[in-house]
Amino acid sequence: MASFKPTQIPDLPKLGEKITEDTLYWKNYKAPVQIKEFGAVSNIDFSPVSPHNFAVTAFTRIHIYGPFSQEPVKTFTRFKDTAYCGRFRSDGQLLVAGCEDSVVRLYDVGGKAALRMYKGHTKAVHVADFTTGRYQILTASDDYTCRLWDIPNAVELTAYQEHTDYVRCGVTSKLNRDLFITGSYDHTLRVFDSRTEKSVMTMDHGQPVESLLLYPSEGLLVSAGGRYVKVWDLLKGGQPLVSLKNHHKTVTCLALNSSGQRLLSASLDRHVKVYNTTNYKVVHNFDYAAAILSLGLAPDDESIVVGMTNSILSIKHRKNLEEPKETSKPRRRPSYRVFMKGKNFVPKQDDYFVSKPARQHLAKYDKQLKRFNVSKALDTALEAWLRRKKPEVTVAVIKELDRRGTLKNALAGRDEEQLSRLLCFVIGNFFDTRFTPVLATTAEIVLDIYQCVIGQSAVIDRHLIHLQKLLEKEIYYQKDLMEILGMLDTMFAFSLLRKELICVLQHYDDLSQL
Amino acid sequence: MVEYGDIRVVYRGGSKINFRKPVISNDSRFLLCASGESVKVFSSVTEECVHELRGHTGQVTGVLLRPSNHLQVYSCSTDGTVRLWDFTDGILVRVKNEKGTFRTLVVKQVCVFVFAELFQLVAVNLPQTPDQLVEARDLSAVLSDVSSNPSTIAFGRGGEYLASVNNLKMEIYFFKKNKSYRFEPFNGGKNTFTCIACHPKDDCVATGHDDGKIRLWRNFKQKKEYTYSTLHWHHSAVSSLCFTPEGTNLLSGGVESVLVQWRYNQENQKDFLPRLGAAITHVTVSPDGALFSTSHSDNKITIIQSCVKVSAVIQGLVKGENVTTGLLVDPRSKALVLNGRPGHLQFYSLQRDKLLFHLDIVQQEYIHEAGLEQFEVVRAAFDASGLWLATVEERKQKSAELELNLKLWSFDEQTQSFVLNTTVSAPHEARITAMCFSQAADSQTTTLVSASRDGHFKAWQLGLPAHTDGTQEYEGPSWSCDFVGAYHGLVPRCCCFSADGSLLAVGFQEVVTVWNPTSWELLTTLSQPPGDVRNLCFGQLSCSKYLLGSNNKKMVCCWNLLTCSLEWSTSMDVSLLLVDSRSENMAAFCCQDGSTDLFVFKPSEPRPLFSQKAVCSGRVIHAVFTPREVMLESSEESSQWLNRSQLYFLTEFMDLLTFSTKAEEEKLMASSKQLVIDDTVAMTPFYLLLGKHRHEHLGNEESAERTPLPQSSVAIKELLQTPAHVLPATSFLCSMFAKSLLISVTETSRRVGHRFNLNNSDSDSNSSFRFRFFEDMTCFTRAS
Repeated sequence: MASFKPTQIPDLPKLGEKITEDTLYWKNYKAPVQIKEFGAVSNIDFSPVSPHNFAVTAFTRIHIYGPFSQEPVKTFTRFKDTAYCGRFRSDGQLLVAGCEDSVVRLYDVGGKAALRMYKGHTKAVHVADFTTGRYQILTASDDYTCRLWDIPNAVELTAYQEHTDYVRCGVTSKLNRDLFITGSYDHTLRVFDSRTEKSVMTMDHGQPVESLLLYPSEGLLVSAGGRYVKVWDLLKGGQPLVSLKNHHKTVTCLALNSSGQRLLSASLDRHVKVYNTTNYKVVHNFDYAAAILSLGLAPDDESIVVGMTNSILSIKHRKNLEEPKETSKPRRRPSYRVFMKGKNFVPKQDDYFVSKPARQHLAKYDKQLKRFNVSKALDTALEAWLRRKKPEVTVAVIKELDRRGTLKNALAGRDEEQLSRLLCFVIGNFFDTRFTPVLATTAEIVLDIYQCVIGQSAVIDRHLIHLQKLLEKEIYYQKDLMEILGMLDTMFAFSLLRKELICVLQHYDDLSQL
Repeated sequence: MVEYGDIRVVYRGGSKINFRKPVISNDSRFLLCASGESVKVFSSVTEECVHELRGHTGQVTGVLLRPSNHLQVYSCSTDGTVRLWDFTDGILVRVKNEKGTFRTLVVKQVCVFVFAELFQLVAVNLPQTPDQLVEARDLSAVLSDVSSNPSTIAFGRGGEYLASVNNLKMEIYFFKKNKSYRFEPFNGGKNTFTCIACHPKDDCVATGHDDGKIRLWRNFKQKKEYTYSTLHWHHSAVSSLCFTPEGTNLLSGGVESVLVQWRYNQENQKDFLPRLGAAITHVTVSPDGALFSTSHSDNKITIIQSCVKVSAVIQGLVKGENVTTGLLVDPRSKALVLNGRPGHLQFYSLQRDKLLFHLDIVQQEYIHEAGLEQFEVVRAAFDASGLWLATVEERKQKSAELELNLKLWSFDEQTQSFVLNTTVSAPHEARITAMCFSQAADSQTTTLVSASRDGHFKAWQLGLPAHTDGTQEYEGPSWSCDFVGAYHGLVPRCCCFSADGSLLAVGFQEVVTVWNPTSWELLTTLSQPPGDVRNLCFGQLSCSKYLLGSNNKKMVCCWNLLTCSLEWSTSMDVSLLLVDSRSENMAAFCCQDGSTDLFVFKPSEPRPLFSQKAVCSGRVIHAVFTPREVMLESSEESSQWLNRSQLYFLTEFMDLLTFSTKAEEEKLMASSKQLVIDDTVAMTPFYLLLGKHRHEHLGNEESAERTPLPQSSVAIKELLQTPAHVLPATSFLCSMFAKSLLISVTETSRRVGHRFNLNNSDSDSNSSFRFRFFEDMTCFTRAS
């Protein structure tokens, strides 16, 4: 009966992505560490042995960074031209790198000068990797050839000349020392066995292949080229399994997380996308500042390293889960007895039971609304935490005031500070489509009330000019959108024309019958 | 035109109970109020109507307790009679006849004062005669030019003087001096008097004004030297004022729906009882001052215990300015559903003539302020099983855009009420013109279709429960838009599902489109001669192949859906077309020059089943068929259509009417006679159920335990009354006395008889002996 109905806070649809376990997992990284390199970062390779240093190939240098250092622990600079594809051997002792000058160099991780140089390619070598046998090196070059080299003697063992365009990526099998796969700009992926003269399997990707990745089980192969990421089943003779098109520019790099459950792809469109490898749906998305050329994931997903065309290396470290536990001491809670106090009292037979009416708890703004204190209600609704964390509450209170016909009274008679706070809120949430209708009326009333004092306060004027600019921008956007909508409509209308025509004809037939 | 004598239109339910000030009985147990042509006696504890004092033939315009006998009450009516009732038993004591119609009534001692037609206050002396019918001749005018509102007249200080206000004038008449003083203290503006109250112990008169001020007048025995003080809290007109019996407090109420209690002589102290629901029209206090009662503009009386707690609410059918939702029937409770309080839907039980409850749709604090645009419920629809309720609320401001909300409510078995499931804000860009649920009761999914003036109709469906990963809380299924349909940019005005839910007909101005609700394909279009489609109805049961439509160019068309051709059409200006879900019958209300005609017909038959000209004056704005609980067995052809369901309709003057047959009325009369009312306990259904049960229970116990009284036996009487010296020997009498205590077969129940079967046969054989003995006995007595 005589109870106050509190302000209705509408349950608005949540905007933005839904929170899933994946988003929680992939958001659990610290703010990125950004390191300026000497040129575009073309390759990132993690050392397979602890402490998992990583080699970053950028321009004519290869830097090796420790897991937490922001300074390179080691630098290889003896390249005549741009270096490519600095990769560790499985024991983490040796590093191989291709170069624009067609010479492949082998380094000891501890040393400085190249241990061996492998000369034979005629053009830039973009791929260099160790085979699982540890004593051979696979290289692939822009001269369309792939070669196998013996490490100690620096002798070319085999050369395959099957590709008809630049070979830009390749992987060696971790399980079989003789198998390796290369991808080329002639749109093909080829599987080679060093024991045979020719490739054993060929797959057509459809676009110039930029990156290759083998699953740990080596049954599946992932290739990236153009805007597509394709998954191939090697055990079924290279049958295409899935084709993913989630980027809008060329995909440049692929990586698999430590558990093998998630696949990451980086692209020139500045995004890194995370796929679920069971259903190949995008579960998370990272945004970066520039086009991404290389991507590396530390073991156990401890850090995500991304190299970009603007020569910035961005390293994200995983947040330490133990940290918050250490800081918060277990607060001592009241004991069970406190909560049970008086609850288990059994009334005696002739006790008179006095029931206490349940008190209605009202929010602060509701208490003011109940007393018709409209200005105070708006003030409490504009409190800092409420307007930042729950703008829908503030908007609901404004709407309630509008419904009561007292919004004008509530908005009037404010000083500079209060008004600027209000305007800040209006500007901040004006273009949230859920709030626009309410805030537009608010802004109108504010302008009506305070138009005579415009020009007296610099702060308010700045806000108003800001609001005006935003509005102009929004109107421009809307105009554009309407134009696009119009274009789409004509297109749809054209495609629907036939069916509609029949409908119309039928309609006229009916009319003529009557 | 055939004369159908046995079907007539009757008023059903929802008479006004807030028309005049109610009266609380001396013991605060009853509350009496004028309600239409009768006076209703409510119990102030259980809120139930205990009696209805019927007898007046015009509207009852006043009820007052008789000062000399507090168990009797006077009532006056526009039929020109004042009646005296014994309200505890509901017996009519006296009737007085008089010419002219009475507006209101005030009573003082032996005199009854009535307001006659010409706005005169007239004193009527009651002749002391034992006759029931008395003609009152002794009339004397006391005051002329009084307002027709009874709250502008009050007796002061034990009836020494009479105060009356009208517009800007106040007049005080002293009985002893037989002299009246007139005051006109204000020039105009918003100072118009609205009500008056006199202090019971002090020479003080309180008046309420249009601007919300209350003025306390003193020293008015002279014309010049009067003084007044002003109290101001109300923001709009004070509608009622009342002093408590001891004069310690003054109560006031107005449109703010706040009861204000002012302390007499300490006027800055006041108490409030806010949010009483609707504007207060009358405030009364019980003679012992324990109970207050306030009448409200939404046909409600609230009983308040000493200005703190609302103890009871007597609610009549709320009649707003316009019923936008139309009349609906809740399939579950069979209650009539329509707009109630602002922002609420009321559920009104037709069987019990009682408001069941209000469902809060808008869920916002109602601000009692004139000229404020608030959310109003404009459309409502139930699905066939009564599990879902869809409501549309809108708020239109002059400058701002239309605010629309579509809400879907699901019935919760546990709380037995509707719970909000989904709110869709701005479901359409313009007003919603029609809304309907898919009719099929057994289908798995329910579909709601809403048509709007923006040229679209939208289909809403209950989505599947969202699959969550277990970490998030489970959210039940909610409604979402399934399909948006349009036809050449025309405005849809009405929509209708077929009985099995397989077809949807939407009337786009002059074109009727038929859609398949499963695939949302446009199946066919049916056109009729120019004129916008107003109503659409699918036939029921055996007539389900027909689709009927009426347009605003006085045409009713019936299409056969199997051939997609026009079956028949006739020229009738049908304002309402509705279908009975329990039979093939359809009802059409035609509006013609200020009165409405009704036709009941089957789509397949050319002749109407029933027709009645001039059902009521004015337009019929809404109508509904409600299913009957018990089927009537009427054999007459003309009234057969009323066997399964009843037809209720609402006129533009907000009168709820229905058709009733003779048989039905007889049945009602019989049932009302059966109810013997014990006035100590109100007749609640609960009481009827439990009280009767208890009575039976008590009776059973008595018959089982108590032995038949020995005094009734002739033998014992003789034994006790005969002098001891003439009695035969005790040993001789003993066996006979014992036998007389036994119960014979003829007198008592079968069960007891069985038990004593053996003895009975004994007593039969002995009966001849007993007679002989008594003969002897009488001889003895005579001799002595």
